[in-house]
Amino acid sequence: MFKAIADYFKEIYQTIRGLLVGMGVTGKYIAHARREIITQEYPDNRDTLQMFERFRGEVVLLHNEDNEHRCTGCSACEVACPNGSIEIIWARREDPETGKKKKQLETFVYHLSMCTMCNLCILACPTDAIKMGHNFEHAVFDRSQLTKVLNRPGSRLEKGVEE
Amino acid sequence: MYDFTPLVQAIQNYLSAHFSPGVATAIEWTLVILIYLAFYAVLGLVLVYVERRICAFFQLRLGPNRVGWQGTFQTVADAIKLLLKEPVTVNKADKLLFNLAPFIISLAALMVLSVLPFARGLQAFDINIGLLFIIAISSIGVVGILLAGWSSNNKYALIGAMRSGAQIVSYELSVGLSLITMVLLTGTLQLSGIIESQANGWWIFKGHFPAIAAFFLYITASIAEINRGPFDLPEAESELTAGFHTEYSGLKFAFFFLAEFVNMFTVAAIAATVFFGGWMPFHIGDWEAFNRIMDFIPPIIWFFIKVAAIIFLMMWFKWTFPRLRIDQLLHLEWKYLMPLNLMNLILMAILVYLGWHF
Repeated sequence: MFKAIADYFKEIYQTIRGLLVGMGVTGKYIAHARREIITQEYPDNRDTLQMFERFRGEVVLLHNEDNEHRCTGCSACEVACPNGSIEIIWARREDPETGKKKKQLETFVYHLSMCTMCNLCILACPTDAIKMGHNFEHAVFDRSQLTKVLNRPGSRLEKGVEE
Repeated sequence: MYDFTPLVQAIQNYLSAHFSPGVATAIEWTLVILIYLAFYAVLGLVLVYVERRICAFFQLRLGPNRVGWQGTFQTVADAIKLLLKEPVTVNKADKLLFNLAPFIISLAALMVLSVLPFARGLQAFDINIGLLFIIAISSIGVVGILLAGWSSNNKYALIGAMRSGAQIVSYELSVGLSLITMVLLTGTLQLSGIIESQANGWWIFKGHFPAIAAFFLYITASIAEINRGPFDLPEAESELTAGFHTEYSGLKFAFFFLAEFVNMFTVAAIAATVFFGGWMPFHIGDWEAFNRIMDFIPPIIWFFIKVAAIIFLMMWFKWTFPRLRIDQLLHLEWKYLMPLNLMNLILMAILVYLGWHF
C-alpha cells in the first residue's frame, strides 16, 4: 500500500518534470525569438533571397558562355520521367567536323505543369546536362506558357562530352 | 491613478446634484455598462493580437506584422471583416437557441468581469460573496456552449459541446477547491477584502507550500474550465473542425471568440487577486526605499502587470503541451487534481489552525 502511494507521488513528480522540460524548450525559443525566426518575409526580401542548395524548383539545361550544352539527346531522362514531363526531339545530322551522321538534340521540351520535381531525370542523365533550378515563381496567366523549350536557340553540344 | 474613490464619488455627487435619484442611478448604470462593454471589446482585440504574436514567437515565426505598427491593427481589421460577414444559419438548426447561445456565453463572461477589482475604488459590484459569485457565474458559460452545440444540428458541434460539458463539470470542482484553500487564509469571500488582507504580503508568499500548490492546481483546472489548450477538446480543430462553434459565422462567431479570450483574462485576474494581491504593490519586509518605489507605480498598472504575467504563463502552457484525450482529461481531474486538492486543503487547514502562515 505504501508502495502504491509512493508510486502515485513519483508519477506526479515525473510528470511535472517532463512538463517543465517541455516548457524549457519552448521558453528557450521565445527567449531567442528575435534572432532565430525561421520564416522569411518573402516579397520584401526578394532581392536577397537565397534558396537552399537542395531546393528543386524546375529542371534547367545548363549552358556555358559559348552557348553550348552537354545534352547528347540520349533520352535517358525522358525514359526516367514517371509522368512524361520531358520530351526529347532528336535528329540524325551530319557532323561538320567528321562528316559522319550523328544523333543530335533538336528540342528539349519540358512540361513544368506535369513535373513533380522528383529528381529522377537528373539522376538518370549520363552527362550531367540537366540540373534542378532554384526559381520558384512559376505563376503564369496561360497554361501553354508552362511548356518550355530548354535548349537555347543556336546552342550546340559541348565538345568532349561524347568521348 | 492611485485611488479611484474620489473620482467615483465626484461623478456620484455631480449626478445626484443635477438629476433626481432614479435618473442618476440609471445614468450611472448606463455608464458602467458602456465602460464594461468597451473594455470587453478592447480586451478581446488586444488579447487576440497578443496570443497570435506570442504563439508565433514560441514557434519561431513572426506572426501578424503587416497592418499598422508591428501588426497591432490586425485584430481591428479582423473585427471589421467579421462584422461585414454574412451571418449564416443552418437550415435545420433550432433558430432560437442558435441565436441565444452566443449571448449567454458573452453574458457569463461579462458578469464575472463586473466583480473584479481593478484598483482601489475601481470595482463595479463589490459584494461580500464575490468569489462564490465568480464560481457560480462562470459555470453559466457551459450552458451557452451546450446550447450552441445542440442547436447547430451538427455532429461535430454536438461532440464538442458534450466534451465541454464533461470537462467543465469535472474541473469546476478543482477550481472551487483550490479557491477554498485560499479562502481558509483570507477569511473572506469579498474580493476587496481578499486584497486588503494581502497589504503586508501576497498570499503566495505568506501561504508557504500549500498556497503555491493551490496556485498551480487552480491554473491547471481553470485552463481546462475555459477550454484553452492543452485542454481545448471542445473545439479541437484537428478532430472536430471547430467544435461547438462550427456552424457559427460572422458576428456570432466573434462573440464566442471574444468570450473565450475574456474568460482567459478573468481567470488570470482571479489568480492575480487571490494569490498575487490584486492591485497591491510588491513589498519586501522593511526595505523602506524599495517599498516606496513600488508604491509609486499605480495599483491599476500593478494589476495589469500581474494579469499579463499569468496570461503569458497560460499561453506558454498552450503552445508547449499537446492536447489531452478525453479519457486522459477525466483521468487527470478525478485521479490527480481532485485528491491533490483535498490533501492540499487539509494541509492548509492545519497550517491556518496552527497559525504557521505570516
